[in-house]
Amino acid sequence: MKNTIKILAAAIVMISVVSCQNDKSPNYQYMPNMYESVGYEAYGDYDVFPGGQEAMLPAKGSIPRGWMPYEIENSQVGYQQAKDSLKNPIRYTKENEEKGKALYDIYCAICHGGKGNGKGTLVEREKILGVPSYDDVGRAITEGSIYHVMYYGINSMGSYASQTNEHERWQIVQYVEKLKADLEGKTARIDTESDVQSNLIPAVNKRPEEIYDESTEDHNNAH
Amino acid sequence: MKQVKHRNSASKILILGTVFLFTLFNPVFGQEEVVADTAVATEASSGGDVAKGEELFKSLCAACHKRYKKMTGPALFGVTERRDTEWLYSWIKNSAAMIASGDADAVAIYEEYNKTAMNAFPQLSNADIDDILAYVMVPKAEPVAAVGATAVAATDGSGVSSDVLLAILALVFLMLVVILFLVNNTLKRFAEANNIELPVQEERTPIWKAFVQNQFLVLVSAIFLLLASGYFVYGYFMQVGVDQGYAPIQPIHYSHKIHAGDNKIECKYCHSSARVSKHSGIPSLNVCMNCHKSISEVADATATEDYSKEFYDGEIQKLYKAVGWDEESQSYTGETEPVKWVRIHNLPDFAYFNHSQHVSVAGVECQKCHGPVEEMEIMYQHAPLTMGWCINCHRETNVKVADNEYYEKIHKQLSKKYGVDQLTAAQMGGLECGKCHY
Repeated sequence: MKNTIKILAAAIVMISVVSCQNDKSPNYQYMPNMYESVGYEAYGDYDVFPGGQEAMLPAKGSIPRGWMPYEIENSQVGYQQAKDSLKNPIRYTKENEEKGKALYDIYCAICHGGKGNGKGTLVEREKILGVPSYDDVGRAITEGSIYHVMYYGINSMGSYASQTNEHERWQIVQYVEKLKADLEGKTARIDTESDVQSNLIPAVNKRPEEIYDESTEDHNNAH
Repeated sequence: MKQVKHRNSASKILILGTVFLFTLFNPVFGQEEVVADTAVATEASSGGDVAKGEELFKSLCAACHKRYKKMTGPALFGVTERRDTEWLYSWIKNSAAMIASGDADAVAIYEEYNKTAMNAFPQLSNADIDDILAYVMVPKAEPVAAVGATAVAATDGSGVSSDVLLAILALVFLMLVVILFLVNNTLKRFAEANNIELPVQEERTPIWKAFVQNQFLVLVSAIFLLLASGYFVYGYFMQVGVDQGYAPIQPIHYSHKIHAGDNKIECKYCHSSARVSKHSGIPSLNVCMNCHKSISEVADATATEDYSKEFYDGEIQKLYKAVGWDEESQSYTGETEPVKWVRIHNLPDFAYFNHSQHVSVAGVECQKCHGPVEEMEIMYQHAPLTMGWCINCHRETNVKVADNEYYEKIHKQLSKKYGVDQLTAAQMGGLECGKCHY
């Protein structure tokens, strides 16, 4: 009987060692102070913050770099104003259209469909219904109204201002206009080099990062 | 006699057991005549074509209206009892004009819904609207019918689940052991009663003593034990600090399988900062609400064996509570509470990693590091995130230089130096210490 007691004891030790492997909690670390940052890390848990959360809303009045205010208000009047008068400041180039397509496929195509006919995956699977086609006559979207709706959202559609920046939204507008033209059987607008618009607002045609890239390029190559 | 009694009880157990088995295999019928077609019944009463109406409703109206639930606009079931048909025709075709003309009902509903304008639908004919109204007036299907249908579906399957079968097998095995034991006992008693001598096993040296006496065996096994323990100790120390497989319980059960797998939502839809930032951020709740404003409950087909529809619906309610969304009034209450997601992937402080560099510039698929996320019901860490793992990928992956002016010069110089066409990340400096540690 002594033997069986020994075997049992060994089994209990083995089982307790194995059961310590738990994927619900993180593993041990050799030197935790080398793993954990002195500064506050994104999504960290620190006592100094309300509720311990590092992830907080930005302080009131703070604006991201390169951000410009959008002055049209979120209302029926604002929508009409944007629809009638707001124009796309970027140049309609092939590159912008490609970038717009990439972004459109991430953020819009899931509902509006790759062709803009309102038949995205979520619509086909009947998760979200009633997504209009871009050539809907009752809505008659324009570049201004496309931007306005992306910025504020409308009815069941939410705002996409937190996921995209101003330049990206205008690139998406260009691509949505191309899809609309395709649906209506027209040719999409592509601006030529000498187009007046590019000279009018050159700053908006570049994102702040692009301007930064240019100034540091020489430095990088010399490296 | 005692033996007779024993034999009797064993056979009783056997008989009872087999009867029990047969009761299990008896399939349950008798629930098949439910599911009555409600659509057919209502089609006769109203003028329009329900099927055509459904198609129109889903493509035009469903963005703002549901039949039995308030959404951006009112719930539409029973609308023909509330309003005159002529009124509905002109309202649907051009509601703005009716409000402008000062129609009392029109202005009242416009005011009630915070002056949300309904789109004009000039493309619809009166017949189309009749179809839509016919679809709208189909009463809600009774939940009883749905329950009946699922019960039938369940019995249509393999019948008894494998768990039950296993339990039965275990039971049978147990019964066999008991029977053997009883038979053995009975035979022994029988032998004793008849004075038959049972063979006695002769004493042998215990195996432990024999083992200790053989010194060669002791030596070999000692070496073997040392090597084996060395192997396991090394393995244990090497996995300290590696969190592969880490799958914490999150405050809201978010299924990547449903979102990224079944519904094919792009990773970057929610993790939009992966394109432009060091971090691939956890989306703020407004991103969830982009879809969940209109999806307040999951479809019946979404529920699995492990997670019921009620469970998933409860998780969506958690989201509504956190973001402060009131379903009744379809508006935000302003009372929010944070969702404390548990971070899974975490690099030590001394290693620098930038998402945008890998996602936007290199065009690496998210799955390359995060594994088959679209199949994960519960998110876990796929990769070990060790330095060896990073380096390995840098050695194997070619830098995407096409259409990237930034790389033009350096690519020419380096490919001359290494004499290759395609440069790996390592050849571009992806192994330099200072690239990740500084």
